[in-house]
Amino acid sequence: MHIFQMILTNLRRHRVRTLIGAAGIALGVATMLSVVGLLGGAVKMFERILRSDAEMVVFEKNVSDLFFSNVKIEIADELAQQSFVKSVQPVLFAIVASPDRPVVTCFGIRPEDGRLQKGEWLQGSAESFRGDQDGIVLGERAADFLEAKLGESIELGQQKYPVVGIVRMENGFENGGVFMPLKACQDAFHKEGVASILAVALAAGAEPSAVKNWVGERYPKLNALENDEFSKSYSQFKILKTTAWVVGGCAFLLGGLSVTNTMILSVFSRIKELAITRVCGFSRGQVVMMIFGESLLVSMIGVLLGWGLSTGGLWLLREVPALQGYIEPRVGVAEVIGATALAALTALFGAVYPAWYAARLKPASALRFE
Amino acid sequence: MIDVADVWKSFDAGKIAVLKGVSMEVARGELLALCGTSGCGKSTLLSLIAGLESLDRGHIRIDGRERITEKEKVALLRKEVGFIFQLHHLMPDLTLEENCLVPVIAVGGNMAAARKRMRDLADQTGVAHRLDRSVRELSGGERQRGALVRALMNDPHILLADEPTGALDEENREIVFSLLLDLVRSGGKTLVMATHDKEMAQRCDRVLHMRDGRILPA
Repeated sequence: MHIFQMILTNLRRHRVRTLIGAAGIALGVATMLSVVGLLGGAVKMFERILRSDAEMVVFEKNVSDLFFSNVKIEIADELAQQSFVKSVQPVLFAIVASPDRPVVTCFGIRPEDGRLQKGEWLQGSAESFRGDQDGIVLGERAADFLEAKLGESIELGQQKYPVVGIVRMENGFENGGVFMPLKACQDAFHKEGVASILAVALAAGAEPSAVKNWVGERYPKLNALENDEFSKSYSQFKILKTTAWVVGGCAFLLGGLSVTNTMILSVFSRIKELAITRVCGFSRGQVVMMIFGESLLVSMIGVLLGWGLSTGGLWLLREVPALQGYIEPRVGVAEVIGATALAALTALFGAVYPAWYAARLKPASALRFE
Repeated sequence: MIDVADVWKSFDAGKIAVLKGVSMEVARGELLALCGTSGCGKSTLLSLIAGLESLDRGHIRIDGRERITEKEKVALLRKEVGFIFQLHHLMPDLTLEENCLVPVIAVGGNMAAARKRMRDLADQTGVAHRLDRSVRELSGGERQRGALVRALMNDPHILLADEPTGALDEENREIVFSLLLDLVRSGGKTLVMATHDKEMAQRCDRVLHMRDGRILPA
């Protein structure tokens, strides 16, 4: 017999109340892990699109979103001539609607862009994707939801495009996207002569600062950043990550109220028992420890339930075809530790008032309590 | 030795005066019965001796020492004083054994030694075969005997009993009271018992009568 056993017994005998308290935390944990996982996954997928085989990204300064960035193609060709550069691949990002889909992501790329070679060609071949034609390559999921087959033409925006290949991409965004020849993409979206970004691969031994200096001196309206720098500074990523933690935090606040409510009920329903523990020699500190212990245990049950709930929920989301392959959740150790720590903090804060009330109980008065 | 000197206690911000200058002494090993009608202040006096309430005026010394701080009061309840009530006040969802071990958890005592002591006490009070049962499964007499075991678990030298047989039927009343007297006498403990049962009071070493918050002259 130990104080921990008393804590367990107290929770066990009011299973429904314990579960309701744990459910509050579970929803908080599930919400946080799901939102952080989904948005974190989206950010990582987008980062991988930018990176491809490159170490650096060049884009227009002070744009809120890369979809609005315009970098002249001549700059890509000029930059590619430099000794410190191995290759430069312009990529034009666009979003278009098809008759059945309101949002289809398009990537305008050159045939020599390495990303299509990395995919598993299910239909067609890399040779059929040509820069001087309109033939497009679909990611596998995109082909699914657009119900397109090799050789057919599909309507995207104002035009129809022949499908010259279907490729299975590792990256969810790419697998749910459409690859268009850069020129065709520029024509379709009225972005003649520009790309959204330039993905820059450095020559062996070259320093990123060489690219930064070159771009800074010649094109002050452009930014050249290493991939990691870009990830940290890109405002959309920051907004997404902040949103995830704020939404998760709000969910935890609600979970905290649930724990507080559970613990208040727990204390008020056994005032006489708490008084008896005091008569048996429990100090106020031990009573407080018992209440905090119960709250923490409720919280940890909630963490486990929430973790299971988010894992199951994310798995289900990933299987929903309508989500177009954009779901690639990433719930890492840091996120789980973060959610667990927040749950523990929530539990401790939630138990402050009940523990304070329990510690202040006067045993003799409490034993007369009806 | 318990020394109660000019103790005053009121509730509701002084509106209800319960004890009005109570003084008494209880020798070590003495069995004292406090008699009086309901509301005369017996239970409040026991609570004050145990440190469960704070007194308004006066002094209560045990072995010459007054317990004032929270720490001192906790130490008093852990080692020196055991308390049994009219109602058993066992925790209903624990087994009798778990209930008996609650005071040992409080002091962080050796569980193996505590279990041995518990079995000895349970043998003496006739509840050894019921230790693994939930309190809900026990009869009224068994519950009160269990409460007696719990009160004695940390081997206190003072036992405070507030109408300890008040909620029992006649047969159990006699069993529990006899056990209480046996355990107190054999252990050389001091007993202060509040009761309005004159017959039981007479079986103690001394009887003090209370009325309206005061101890009546002998």
